Amino acid sequence: MSRPADALLVAPRESGFRREVRRAARVMVDARWPVFAVIFLGLTALAAVFGPLLAPFDPNRQNLVLRLAEPMAAGPDGGVFWLGSDALGRDVLTRLLYGARISLTVGIAAISVGGTIGIVAGLLAGYFGGWVDDVVMRLGDIQLAFPFILLAIMFLVVLGSGVWNLVLVLGIGQWVTYARIVRADTLSLREKEFVEAARALGDSTPSIIFRTILPNILAPLTVIASFNVASVILSEAALSFLGLGVPPSVPTWGSMLAESRDTLVANTWWLAVFPGVAIMLTVLSFNILGDWLRDFLDPRLRERT
Amino acid sequence: MGAYVLRRLTQSIIVVIGVTLVSFLALQIGGDPTYLFVSERASLEEIEAARRALGFDRPLHVQYLSFVGDLVRGDFGQSLSYRQPAMAIVLEALPATIELTLFSMLMALSLAIPLGVLAAINRGTSWDGSVTTFAMLGQSIPNFWLGIMMILVFGLYLRWFPISGHVPFLTPLLAGDVAGAFGNLPRTLYHLVLPGLAVGTYSLARNTRLVRSSLLEVLEEDYVRTARSKGLPEKRVLFHHALRNAWLPVVTVIGLEFGFLLGGVVVVETVFSYPGIGRLLFAAINQRDIPLVQAGVVLLAGIFIVLNLVVDLLYVRLDPRMRLAGGRG
Repeated sequence: MSRPADALLVAPRESGFRREVRRAARVMVDARWPVFAVIFLGLTALAAVFGPLLAPFDPNRQNLVLRLAEPMAAGPDGGVFWLGSDALGRDVLTRLLYGARISLTVGIAAISVGGTIGIVAGLLAGYFGGWVDDVVMRLGDIQLAFPFILLAIMFLVVLGSGVWNLVLVLGIGQWVTYARIVRADTLSLREKEFVEAARALGDSTPSIIFRTILPNILAPLTVIASFNVASVILSEAALSFLGLGVPPSVPTWGSMLAESRDTLVANTWWLAVFPGVAIMLTVLSFNILGDWLRDFLDPRLRERT
Repeated sequence: MGAYVLRRLTQSIIVVIGVTLVSFLALQIGGDPTYLFVSERASLEEIEAARRALGFDRPLHVQYLSFVGDLVRGDFGQSLSYRQPAMAIVLEALPATIELTLFSMLMALSLAIPLGVLAAINRGTSWDGSVTTFAMLGQSIPNFWLGIMMILVFGLYLRWFPISGHVPFLTPLLAGDVAGAFGNLPRTLYHLVLPGLAVGTYSLARNTRLVRSSLLEVLEEDYVRTARSKGLPEKRVLFHHALRNAWLPVVTVIGLEFGFLLGGVVVVETVFSYPGIGRLLFAAINQRDIPLVQAGVVLLAGIFIVLNLVVDLLYVRLDPRMRLAGGRG
């Protein structure tokens, strides 16, 4: 049963979902690059999910006779090292495919953690104001006053390596951005008629915050999230490169680059080029996607990202 | 303006307290921190002795207060791997890191402003397209990978630049050897080119975009139209009216930029075997030398906070609106 006043609860969102989707697609095709970004990210996601099925070899299978093989060289069992082999004779392509898994998982999981904390904190700060607002915003100030990578280094050295520690630290590194934006939007929505209407209908405070306000502030957050996934993937790679990411047995793009340095003087370029290109294209795709989302949703957001 | 300065100072003090709390809690988060300081083969008695010696048997608030006390005196304890005071080791590596950070920053800003202007005044042309494409790429390349690629191409293949090492400039300068310092300077800069580019490219890309969008916005303002309709030459409109206001947002982020740069420096130093705090931290991380990691992180964070404060106070002087309004909210 819908109450008559429910019509008021719907914020002035644009009607015609299909029209919106068509517009999104048109903006995307016009801009050209977002199409490539989506295709590339789709392929990376496939690699992350089906990596073990696609990979020609076991990622940790060493082969000391066939180490530092150049790309296209013959591998064991009649296979081919399409992208060469590393200093321990492990297949670079296989490790690259497995690395996609870590980068995407950590990127998306960290954003979910940071986004959730930030959204809840921002909603509470914006809706209640007063000391709640002060505490949340000052905590954010303190965190931003600390170069993030240093904070991550300090915590990861103590916590030890592991995917979930990484997700937690990188996620906590992102919450402030979300909290600030959500707070500002909540502040302005709090006084709007449709929120007043929900209050007048006797909706509970949690219901007003999460059912009435939240759905109306989500759109700009997708833009932030897209840029954030990009920067989290960069941070993950940097931390893995420093030896602070996941355990050494798990191949990641960052740790592959760290290992590539040992044989660089022997001109083993393929060990350094491919993982780096993988990181760059993934990050670039998320950045392009973010740009496109921003232009599509609201060009005025430019100032805030 | 006085009120703003006061408020900004109070804020910095709160942040400093926050930083000390965070660095203190970082140690406690994994459980009993004693285990971070003893070897894995230590006997129970040894662990107990270490716990008492390090003071981890005291109540938390007492530990925190003595941690802050030590911090004020710059005492982070002995480095576990060097057997020397951790702070002394970090301070020794500091000048090299400052040189790299400043070099990257100057390079990033001195290129970002002309590139951003070039793109903005040629909006929609191929100039604009190339600059924005470059900026997009620059923001997506991991700095340490860029470093590795430059080592491969400019170091090992073309042999244009050294791929590792550092020639000190600040250290002799601080020791009073001015002639020696400036004698070193050309070689100092020569060694800074590759690591500096690796660290600074991200900032360069970000600031180029910022200058471009901020100038585009200013060019739409009424006072620019007024200046044009007065018949002023376009050059004068651009440099005298538009740019002055367009670069304010850039100044705002300079402080934060140091944070990004410091983060990049930590990783890139390792790539180039550059003897700064970053490489020191990398070694300390791998040897789990906790006092050294803490000393390095807290020192860099402290520098970052002070720089941010200075930049914010400078901003008040730069923007006359803020001098009148008594600071930004």
